[in-house]
Amino acid sequence: MVSIIDTGVANIRSLQASFDRLGQPWQLTTASESILDSDYVVLPGVGAFGAAVEQIDRLGIRNSITGRIESGKPTLCICLGMQLLCSSSLEAPGAHGLGIIPSQIVRLPDHVQVPQLGWNTVAPARRTTAYFEAGEAYFANSFCLDSVPDDWNHAVTEYGCRFVSSFWRGRVLACQFHPELSGAWGENVIENWLAGTPIECGGQR
Amino acid sequence: MLKSRIIPCLDVKDGRVVKGVKFQNLRDAGCPVELSQHYQQQGADEIVVLDVSATREARLAMLDTIENIRRRISIPLTVGGGVGSVEDAGRLLGSGADKVSVNSAAVKDPELIARLSTRFGAQCTVLAIDAKRIQDSAPDQRWMVVTRSGTQEEPLDAATWSKKVQQLGAGEILLTSFDRDGTRSGYDLDLLRAVTSTTSLPVIASGGADSVEHMVEAFNSGAHAVLAASIFHDADTTVEKVKRKLADAGINVRMGADS
Repeated sequence: MVSIIDTGVANIRSLQASFDRLGQPWQLTTASESILDSDYVVLPGVGAFGAAVEQIDRLGIRNSITGRIESGKPTLCICLGMQLLCSSSLEAPGAHGLGIIPSQIVRLPDHVQVPQLGWNTVAPARRTTAYFEAGEAYFANSFCLDSVPDDWNHAVTEYGCRFVSSFWRGRVLACQFHPELSGAWGENVIENWLAGTPIECGGQR
Repeated sequence: MLKSRIIPCLDVKDGRVVKGVKFQNLRDAGCPVELSQHYQQQGADEIVVLDVSATREARLAMLDTIENIRRRISIPLTVGGGVGSVEDAGRLLGSGADKVSVNSAAVKDPELIARLSTRFGAQCTVLAIDAKRIQDSAPDQRWMVVTRSGTQEEPLDAATWSKKVQQLGAGEILLTSFDRDGTRSGYDLDLLRAVTSTTSLPVIASGGADSVEHMVEAFNSGAHAVLAASIFHDADTTVEKVKRKLADAGINVRMGADS
């Protein structure tokens, strides 16, 4: 069972449709126990960093999410869900993220159109095992992550700057892009994550 | 680098895809669910569905159509037509739309854009502008906004409106030339330049596409995406063929296989 954390604002129909097509049962949850114990957990995200952090604390699920990720259980964090893993964001100064990645989320540069809305190239930063080969993914974001610690693998994308468009370690995968809206390539990312079988990939083109 | 997007558009009336000329004389063009899936397989980057139904019953039935399309496709789905409130938009998003497009209601009540953007985010809020040419000769070309499927002229300049909607929180503009809609005579490039030079929002060019050359012109005039209906519904060509030709012409398109 995939437990999708229901933060109340995210539009998750597309994500549910992806799991349905893959024959993978899912449920919505806001309960600490199912976040800790489910085979799979997804932290989706649309909306604002500050509001999402507030909602996580209101539901009292901060420690279950961080605990689950620290123990390496299969967890997929999408878009704002990825950003929430960081310490803070310039989108909501003062709001405390989950702090798994000790970085601050920053705004995309002024000289490009914000939000970034459309398809862009995602490429693993070095030769490694990953849940995807380099490909094209759908993005809808105004803020981005510029670096992750060395003990995480990562992929990069160029949009006015080079930013971290995905990072992963073991069964934990975080994506700035929307795999559920990234066509056959994206569905394959979800499938590989569910199967827990990272693939060898060649690194950045 | 962001890819230039190709977006097939489905005008849906009473559960069927229709296509007309200048928003009139609608003829049947197929099943929306099958066509959406078909276009994704051909490499469409996104699907736009516009509800052109007139009745409340048909609008409610539309929610089932959206659900069925969502089940089949894994690319972004924008839905518009008759969206008058945050609740309307919420229903469409709940049925599986990723973005909602507003038109007439936003002209009547511009604050609706701000309410949608606050509730669902700018990335979810598409503003559709239907523009009609009123002053034809350079350098003083102008376009007025038309609503209610082109039947009502609004005292509103299209370029000025595009700037206003950005300030109100829209994330994208779907710009349709009323004069070119369904005529297959090419996008109104002057209109496109007038709007893209006024707003920094991504602009989807719509109305008049008949060839890859028209699309190249639109991208070179500042469009971030091109919308087309007739040329894809009539099976003159496929999204895949169009993209290959665009790539040959130097346009940066997504070529990933999606079948």
